[in-house]
Amino acid sequence: MDSLFPLSLMPLAQLELDFSKVIPDIPYILNGVITNLAFTLVSAFFGFLLGTILAIFKIANIKPLEGFANFYTSIFRGTPLILQIVIIYFATPQLLNYPIAAFPAGIIAFSLNSAAYSSETIRGGIMGVDKGQKEAAQTLGVMYLPMMMDIVLPQAFKNILPALVNESIALLKDSALVSVIGVEELMRRGQIVAQREFIYFEPLLVVGVVFYLMIMGFTWVARRFEQRMRVSD
Amino acid sequence: MIKVEQLSKAFGPLEVLQGITTDIEKGQVVAIIGPSGCGKSTFLRCLNLLERPTKGKVYLDGVELTDPKTDIRKARQNIGMVFQHFNLFPNMTVMENVTYAPIKVKNMTKGNAQELGYNLLSRVGLEEKADVYPSRLSGGQKQRVAIARSLAMQPQVMLFDEPTSALDPEMVKEVLDVIKSLAETGITMAIVTHEMGFAREVADRIIFLDSGRIAEDAPPDIFFSTPKSERACQFLEKVL
Repeated sequence: MDSLFPLSLMPLAQLELDFSKVIPDIPYILNGVITNLAFTLVSAFFGFLLGTILAIFKIANIKPLEGFANFYTSIFRGTPLILQIVIIYFATPQLLNYPIAAFPAGIIAFSLNSAAYSSETIRGGIMGVDKGQKEAAQTLGVMYLPMMMDIVLPQAFKNILPALVNESIALLKDSALVSVIGVEELMRRGQIVAQREFIYFEPLLVVGVVFYLMIMGFTWVARRFEQRMRVSD
Repeated sequence: MIKVEQLSKAFGPLEVLQGITTDIEKGQVVAIIGPSGCGKSTFLRCLNLLERPTKGKVYLDGVELTDPKTDIRKARQNIGMVFQHFNLFPNMTVMENVTYAPIKVKNMTKGNAQELGYNLLSRVGLEEKADVYPSRLSGGQKQRVAIARSLAMQPQVMLFDEPTSALDPEMVKEVLDVIKSLAETGITMAIVTHEMGFAREVADRIIFLDSGRIAEDAPPDIFFSTPKSERACQFLEKVL
């Protein structure tokens, strides 16, 4: 045993990690990956969509829309995400008489929350597009919507892609929070194994490694995507 | 063709244009010159309402553009504009830049638009650049594409806002040559420029602006040989 570990790792070795008890449960834990990815992808999609609409509200120069978007953002940025999840999950049945399942409750909370953050990023991206682009489109007689869709937003998104990737990474990690409403995602599965086997460190370490690998993979994909977007540079 | 009445524009307390009244006839090529800060770009930008005039009226073919009821987007289709900094769409190829507005605004088919696009690009000598992105072009090439893009809407009037001011000296000529060839087609043009030789050669008429007013309005040979106003004399002394 001693010969396997360098001296500096000795204290760690003395923790006597025992993965043998966890190994049979690893497939069970890994199955949680699908849940986390589903939460992240669906929420990132809706969050991005809603965030874009909010960003357009914020720059539209129409006071009620601007006011609404700013108020919305302040609420979702001003309260903890975990509280939003719990409120949506528990308040929906009470207020709307609709027994919402944990998955849609989580998706709604994440999408609404992510929209608030990404709307600010997208707003910045839109404002960062050279004003001459808009003027050129206007002088050609292009209408507002196609101008935004074809000219302004593609340039804005390209510039804020790194920030949007950041936002998605945060979402992926925050997807562990739905464990509080009982969704069996990675983190929750790790805890279940821990409680059953009376070992804590090993299953949670497995969870940590899986998250880390997912995010590394995601970062790699995002990089490739970004490079492809840069063909027009 | 273009009629301007008592046009004024103020940015806060700064009065950039102070009551400009003039007419630009069909087919006329007008060069607008003057010292920097005299309001020449603002004047040009008021003609297609990129800047909303504070006071006064602008007519195009008898239609009052400054009337809030006028569909300015429609009217702008008849007024092409070329900018100092080109403002090409960087996310589109050269061909897409040229064909975008005809397809989206005039509902032209892609095939027809591309045919038009090739015609226009060959007119500015850039048909072989159709499929590259603007970032691969030199400044002069970008400006020629921008001219082609404007022409694709088949405007009745072309406005040029210092089209060569952002170019390296050796690229100025290729752009001026394109504008010159355009002038010969009989399209109405208003050009804000610092290129005096070019103004003299191409323009039918020089408008000299000073502190937001028309200080002199004359054919080029008269303006450059015997300017009447003192301000124009000083200006010409410095630039010629």
